[in-house]
Amino acid sequence: MAGVLDLSVAEAAARIAATELSAAEYFAAWHEAALGDELNAYLFQVDHPAAQQAIDGPLGGIPVAVKDIFTTAGSPTTAGSRILEGYQPPYTATAVRRLDAAGARVLGKTNMDEFAMGSSNENSAYGPVLNPWDRGRVPGGSSGGSAAAVAGGLAPCALGTDTGGSIRQPASLCGIVGLKPTYGAISRYGMIAFASSLDQCGPLTRDVTDAALLLAALEGRDSCDSTSVGIEGGIVAPSREDLSGLRFGVPRELARDAVDAGVREVFEATLKRIEGLGGEITEVGLPNAEHGISAYYVIAPAEASSNLARYDGVRYGMRAGGDGDLLEMYETTRSQGFGDEVKRRIMLGTYALSSGYYDAYYGQAQKVRTRIAEDFRAAFAEVDFVVTPTSPSVAFGLGEKTDDPLAMYLNDFFTVPMSLAGIPAISLPAGLAAPEGGGPQLPVGFQIAAPAFAEQKLLEASFALEQAVGFAASAPVPYLMGNGEVGAGD
Amino acid sequence: MTELEAVIGLEIHVQLATKTKMFCGCELSFGDEPNTHTCPICLAHPGVLPVPNEQAIRYALQIGAALECEIAPRSIFHRKQYFYPDSPKAYQISQYDIPICGAGRLGQVRIHRAHLEEDAAKTIHVGDSGRIHGSAASLVDFNRGGTPLVEIVTEPDLRDAAEAAEWARLLRETVRQLGVSDVNMEEGSLRVDANVSVRPAGSQELGTKTELKNMNSFRFLQRGIEAELERQRELVGAGGTVEQETLHFDPASGHLTSLRSKEEAHDYRYFPEPDLVPIVPGEEMLREAREALPELPAARIERYVSELGLADDVAATLAADPETAAYFEQVDTDAAEVEPKVVANWVTGELTAALREAGAEGGAAESKVTPAALAELVTLVARKTISHGSGKTVLAALVAEGGDAEAIVEREGLAMEGDGDELAAIVAQAIAADPAAAEQIRAGNGKAIGAIVGAVMRETKGRADGGEVNRLIREQLG
Amino acid sequence: MIDREQVLHVARLARLRLSDQEVEKMAGELSGILEHVDRIGSLDLEGVEPTSHVVALENVWRADEPRPSLPQAVALANAPEPQDGAFRVPSPQADA
Repeated sequence: MAGVLDLSVAEAAARIAATELSAAEYFAAWHEAALGDELNAYLFQVDHPAAQQAIDGPLGGIPVAVKDIFTTAGSPTTAGSRILEGYQPPYTATAVRRLDAAGARVLGKTNMDEFAMGSSNENSAYGPVLNPWDRGRVPGGSSGGSAAAVAGGLAPCALGTDTGGSIRQPASLCGIVGLKPTYGAISRYGMIAFASSLDQCGPLTRDVTDAALLLAALEGRDSCDSTSVGIEGGIVAPSREDLSGLRFGVPRELARDAVDAGVREVFEATLKRIEGLGGEITEVGLPNAEHGISAYYVIAPAEASSNLARYDGVRYGMRAGGDGDLLEMYETTRSQGFGDEVKRRIMLGTYALSSGYYDAYYGQAQKVRTRIAEDFRAAFAEVDFVVTPTSPSVAFGLGEKTDDPLAMYLNDFFTVPMSLAGIPAISLPAGLAAPEGGGPQLPVGFQIAAPAFAEQKLLEASFALEQAVGFAASAPVPYLMGNGEVGAGD
Repeated sequence: MTELEAVIGLEIHVQLATKTKMFCGCELSFGDEPNTHTCPICLAHPGVLPVPNEQAIRYALQIGAALECEIAPRSIFHRKQYFYPDSPKAYQISQYDIPICGAGRLGQVRIHRAHLEEDAAKTIHVGDSGRIHGSAASLVDFNRGGTPLVEIVTEPDLRDAAEAAEWARLLRETVRQLGVSDVNMEEGSLRVDANVSVRPAGSQELGTKTELKNMNSFRFLQRGIEAELERQRELVGAGGTVEQETLHFDPASGHLTSLRSKEEAHDYRYFPEPDLVPIVPGEEMLREAREALPELPAARIERYVSELGLADDVAATLAADPETAAYFEQVDTDAAEVEPKVVANWVTGELTAALREAGAEGGAAESKVTPAALAELVTLVARKTISHGSGKTVLAALVAEGGDAEAIVEREGLAMEGDGDELAAIVAQAIAADPAAAEQIRAGNGKAIGAIVGAVMRETKGRADGGEVNRLIREQLG
Repeated sequence: MIDREQVLHVARLARLRLSDQEVEKMAGELSGILEHVDRIGSLDLEGVEPTSHVVALENVWRADEPRPSLPQAVALANAPEPQDGAFRVPSPQADA
């Protein structure tokens, strides 16, 4: 059955719908592939379901790996944390239910940085995830398990979340497609909250068409989420063949020396491809975007410190120190249950909101955010898309950046501004580059951002570019090499 | 020693009588088995989100309209953060610097603001568990958690405990008549806390205030405030300073216990609630809120005093209960030729007394005395067709059996003899028959009049109007 | 930038217990981050409205209609210490 694992989601769904492929056999094949997980991508895998009746829907029969940040009734949900060890949610996240309604089925829950805080998936309480391109390197984070599963041939597609880059950056480091939709496009109900005003759900897939297919099933207003609106007009599979008439802006303020040489090369080459397809490259100004990291690392931890306060040992999850008084229980539970990065961000966030500091930190950061959103609006008056490298580097080594939190945060430099502005952005695998210290080549992602709710336009342009780049055809992508086996860099 | 005046403000929490909670669809309840009205949202499970209850927002607007508040054109929710087992999210969704209702007024007290928030859960403390390492514990029931609340804060306009209790009663009655809450202090759907301070009389500055909690009746509210005022006056009088603290009043012992703990005051770390979007009421919603208001006590009292000429206390008694007010107004309308003041006194005075005498349950509106019957009765008395005393007799009969006032007058033969001339003739006869008394009266001895009045009353079989008889005697004797 | 006292104060607000070593490490790490973040302090943002809501929505609410609650057993299913249908927790320490 190895052949079916090579099919894209779109291809498999079409064959299942045409009854050329059995949904049950297709699921069984993936179930078996997932069992061979040597990347620590999965935290939990479903039992192989009994032969199912025909599953209708645009994603009929498609297995999806779901980041363990989405609640799934009847199976554990940990958010990558010790504090939710053993927790079984009494309800299922809307995003998962929508996939289910479209005919898809959960294959397993994937590993992640604890409470989505991280850019390398080294902050999981359940061990780091390994990059299928090179197992000594990180897959990116926080949706590292989802990215590694798709890139490593352990799932045909996956669901992730993106708060400051957590879908796009791992997609970039793993050589797959990752899409963060407009804030409000997809319901957040059942998505364990990290930073409420930034969190968004999105697909990680092998190609743009698959991403569109998943987005179409996921998007929509949800009465359980007051901040959801959906995407007007819905989403259809993209088909655009060239980029003529489209303008692509490169932000001058985001040009940094700290981008690896190899990454810069792939970026420039991709710009050339765009021109080759008839697109116009121009420079735009995003004067406040360079302050994105500063604003983000105030707002996100502040909201996180509030969202994570409910993990107190009272109603569910871990409890420790319960033989002491109430304060003892709170402090012991939280100190033992949370990892270092989570504690760091809770401390930072609590400080930023505390009496006397609110205006200088949280208040000020929200003003920077307004400016960044204005910058993008102004830029989109001149160009259709804004483009940057997704990540300043290719996948780095496990343990390489864990001693310097700030260095880790700077990975999000290119992705954070779009999160702050709430606009959609995609990362496409654009080429390979050697890491700074030398070694076999690793994937480089190209980020394209669009105005709010312009996902269809974004997918169309991405599709055209993807065809021209031909990444999967030219690069030794692990998911076409067999189950979880390493591609280049073995 | 300088005279110290009291400065009191009230903080009132009103539980709204919606069907469901503020941010989820669980039903409101009271006294049910623990944790039988909860869901992932009000239990604050990972990943849940709040969605506001439209009816709660409308009720808040009605309260705002009733209190003549400025309604914010755009208001937002904030998170108020603190750790306690009765607060499952470890933050309460409330409103901070942009509340739905701003400055307003009720009676003589200004309203500072009113806002929406959610109630905490219930914690019951249990004793030692009996376990070897066990210490005292609490059991948490989340049925109440998430109930919609409107918090009303007054300006510190009250000046004594009795006034505060009285105003609190007015507020309760006002909210009750809106139909938006049971406002039952014993059940907890109305909670009143007081902020109390003292300052030198005439000073414009505010002294340090303390917060008084746990008074679950108007009487305890008054006593609690009195106790705290006494404590503060003694303290300041002896040269001490009042410390800001929260106090519990124990009505049984009359003691005030400080809840001041070793920890610093709460830092609530307020920030705008990102999971909820702003409330923008708009013209139509505001109009609907205003139109939903019945005539409320304060307005009615105002109307009775200024338009009908009633005394303040009589107006307050009548206006307090809408059914009594409606009854009074019907009688007043039917007894067109009688002054409203007189009608009011019959309702609050004679009728109330007669009902009490008869051991009747309920007020005027529930009695057998129809407004038409009472109107007829007061008219007969006003026309002097029967004496006031006879009127009370008729009233007692109406209370007992209902029916018609005229019919009872007829049946009992209570109509006063003829007209004024006939009475004047009887008076003249009585004077002539008792020249000694007449002499005494002329000499200025007022007590002697009783003998003549008595004679007239005997002659008229008690139906003459005493006041009229007195007048005629004096008139005839010069 | 952020000293030991402040770290202890913030930890208490967040109900986290840090060892002496952790306090020191945290003070250093937070100081480093805050130094970077502090750049926004010098920006002139006079008159700029802070973003408190990303989507331009208003008046999103629901009708006051009951929805089924969880059965008591399900509500307590994940409770670390269920007792008599309720969630048992230690009491706060009585003030000395």
